[in-house]
Amino acid sequence: MNRYPLWKYITVLAALLLGFVYTLPNLLGSAPAVQVSSNRATLKIDDKFRPRVEEILAAAGIENTGIFTDAVGIKVRLADEDAQARARVALEKALNPAPDPADHDYVVALNFLSASPQWLTSIGALPMYLGLDLRGGVHFLLQVDMPGAELHRLDSISASLRALMRDENLRYGGINREEKSVVLRFQDAGTQAKARELIRDRFPELALVEAEAASADASALSLTAVMRPETLRQLSEYALKQNISTLHNRINELGVAEPVITQQGMDRIVVQLPGVLDTGKAKDMIGRTATLELRMVDETPGALEAALAGNLPFGDELLTEHERDGRKRPILLKKQVVLTGESLTNAQPGVDENGQPAVHLDFNASGARVIRVITGENVGKRMAILLIEKGRAEVVTAPVIRSEIGGGRMMISGNMRMSEASDIALLLRAGSLAAPMEIIEERTVGPSLGKENIQKGFDSTLWGFIAVVTFMCLYYRVFGLISSVALTANLLFLVALLSMLQATLTLPGIAAIALTLGMAIDANVLINERIREELRAGLPPQAAIHAGYERAFDTILDSNLTTLIAGLALLIFGSGPVRGFAVVHCLGIFTSIFSAVTVSRALVNLVYGYRRKLAHVSVGQVWKPEPGKAR
Amino acid sequence: MEFFRIKQDIPVMRHALMFNIISFVTFALAVFFLIVRGLNFSVEFTGGTLVEVHYAESAPLTEIRAALEKAGYSDAPVQNFGSTQDVLIRLPLNLRDAAADNPESAGAAPDAARHGELVLAMLRSTAAVPPELRRVEFVGPQVGKELAENGALALLFVVVGIMVYLAFRFEWRFSVSTIIANLHDVTIILGFFAFFQWEFSLSVLAAVLAVLGYSVNESVVVFDRVRETFRKTRGLTTPQVLDQAITSTMSRTVITHGSTQAVVLSMLVFGGETLHNFALALTVGICFGIYSSILVASPIVMWLGVSREQFIKPVKAKDPTMRADGACV
Repeated sequence: MNRYPLWKYITVLAALLLGFVYTLPNLLGSAPAVQVSSNRATLKIDDKFRPRVEEILAAAGIENTGIFTDAVGIKVRLADEDAQARARVALEKALNPAPDPADHDYVVALNFLSASPQWLTSIGALPMYLGLDLRGGVHFLLQVDMPGAELHRLDSISASLRALMRDENLRYGGINREEKSVVLRFQDAGTQAKARELIRDRFPELALVEAEAASADASALSLTAVMRPETLRQLSEYALKQNISTLHNRINELGVAEPVITQQGMDRIVVQLPGVLDTGKAKDMIGRTATLELRMVDETPGALEAALAGNLPFGDELLTEHERDGRKRPILLKKQVVLTGESLTNAQPGVDENGQPAVHLDFNASGARVIRVITGENVGKRMAILLIEKGRAEVVTAPVIRSEIGGGRMMISGNMRMSEASDIALLLRAGSLAAPMEIIEERTVGPSLGKENIQKGFDSTLWGFIAVVTFMCLYYRVFGLISSVALTANLLFLVALLSMLQATLTLPGIAAIALTLGMAIDANVLINERIREELRAGLPPQAAIHAGYERAFDTILDSNLTTLIAGLALLIFGSGPVRGFAVVHCLGIFTSIFSAVTVSRALVNLVYGYRRKLAHVSVGQVWKPEPGKAR
Repeated sequence: MEFFRIKQDIPVMRHALMFNIISFVTFALAVFFLIVRGLNFSVEFTGGTLVEVHYAESAPLTEIRAALEKAGYSDAPVQNFGSTQDVLIRLPLNLRDAAADNPESAGAAPDAARHGELVLAMLRSTAAVPPELRRVEFVGPQVGKELAENGALALLFVVVGIMVYLAFRFEWRFSVSTIIANLHDVTIILGFFAFFQWEFSLSVLAAVLAVLGYSVNESVVVFDRVRETFRKTRGLTTPQVLDQAITSTMSRTVITHGSTQAVVLSMLVFGGETLHNFALALTVGICFGIYSSILVASPIVMWLGVSREQFIKPVKAKDPTMRADGACV
């Protein structure tokens, strides 16, 4: 009765093997590496870039132990920290010749790579992902001011409305933003009706709320426009996306190897910068604003050639245009600024009248007027849109003007893919933060504290584990040993699972590992006690083992499920350190059920299940009350 | 080796009333201290800034205090953290005005998130050997409030979840008595934190919730046995059944908790300051978890009137003439 079918043994063995393989990278540790990533949204680093890195390293005489390409960029694994430092310098010098860090095309950062062999990495076996409290770094939680963004948008809408009314010769009594709506006042009903039509036509994002028409006063004729809920939702989504992409661009300059910038909830952004300690610089970076400029391209024949030869025409500036295929091309721009980003209210990907991908730009009233004049005068010429950050200008796009553009809505289209259209829109919006942000939480952990935390967490787990295992082996003998093996398997599964999921391991997470081990032994204690009890009741050994496992299982399941309820609550409502604890705690419950019941049973079956005449089970002393005095 | 050579069932239930009185008194004391002293909430809940630095030698506390006072942070507590070389400085949230008085900082950063940086820069400039940054934590007011709310929600979720599960798996009497017993544990842990003014941080909250889940285990194990005993044996009174269930699970209770406590103790010893209060909360929780599930939950179940009939499924009559409503014709 204590035999498993073959497939169960195989399952247990396979699980153990898998657990071991995925735990392995944690034991092998990590090797120093240098990471090269792009500093520009228009520049992608992929496999084609690899020979260049190899060349640079070979020229500097630095041996590497592997070059890897991933979504971020290229990582070069090096033998030791000395080689790492030299490689960084060599790559930095070759890839970023400009002295000003703002001009750098690439980010060269120190990083760590798993020291495991290639085959392990290729099956996704990576070391656990350490949280900031273990590796050191800065964590920011930023609150995006959505109401502020909404009001800002409404202000610019009311300005556009004023311009529209003027252009259409509609007399209005006043256009003002009141709270979260725009109120337009008119003299007569006819104008009001016309204006209503016009707004419906030109401003699909506005919903008109009928004012109290019952008012006897004729001068009270008014229209109240509010943002549609879906527009509002879109606005906040765009604001978040734009802020995130702006942050990405800026943080790239810090040279952080693995920055994490993610959305949290509806209006928050988490920024994690491992290894960064200079919070001041990071904060400056987050709060900085960039500007957008529209300028005309100087297309005078021969002017570009002259400029390239060193004769820059007066009032012009030579810049580089990053083609979408990654090539660079010189472009000659007039210094005179047509418009600044202040006037741009929105940029969105969309389609043109032929269904081709396009980028739609919205300008405010004053911008719209300037654009109408400029485009009217310059049909057939090119106009460039530049992003200026810290005094460095980058040409985002330089389209040809096809016709005069009125109404403040511009469209850039032609020969682009949808993904490119959304990239450009994002870049245009990314110039500035869509909505102001405020730091509402900050955690900085120094590298020494991080290392110490790892050590402390490891020590607590180790000594707790040793104490439990020693006691189990002494108290339950062979069964104790089996329980200890099961507990080890549990640890193996847990670490493997954490590595596989790449869940963030924090100090509370390590505490949860230790606690899981302390709690998981409960299942084995239950089983072993039950077996003793059955033996005491006079059951033959094989039957006692069987009954012990069977009867204890219900209890194990019940008690683990209740613990899981608490774990889930922590996972749902917890944040920061609590979440780290909860993830490990919940995973630990699953691994401990499997290891305490299935793995230990498989071992017991192997040890005892195949003995024909089993007279004695080594589960420690089974004490029986004296006959006659029994309860 | 066997620790528990219990010849007869321990007559726990005979003293049920006494245990309940003890529990009630402890509980009342815990509530009293919670009200009078209150919890010493960490920066995570109250909002504010926390700066921890490490000096190569023993930290000059008086100098740090003087420097802080000069910079306008006069009421910021400065204390050693773990060792004499480590210093922890707490800055409350409403420091805006104090820092604004300081000409150096006023222009640079009017914003609450900058205080940590200012203090750090100041410490670096005053000491001969600049201290090393260990950690800076800043929590804005809205975050702290949310954390407190989420903590309360999590507690509610656990309580309701466990009650529903136990009512479904066992019986409502078990679920009610388990929850009473465990909330009694939670209150006592909080009472300890209030009495000793240990810092109540987010990880302590995690520990409290983990204890809640964990000591429910304990009740589940006892109640599992109660159910089994009710089903298997006849002729025992309810107190006898409870006594027998408690006695037969006693050895497991002590060993399991001993093992968990061994791990927690290891955390307390090796885990350092960060895990200290977490481990402390678990220790209190484990000790009272044993006590409450045996000596609080079981008597309550008894008072609530648990009996054999609730676990025996009514025997179905095999009479084919029986109608669906059970009436025989």
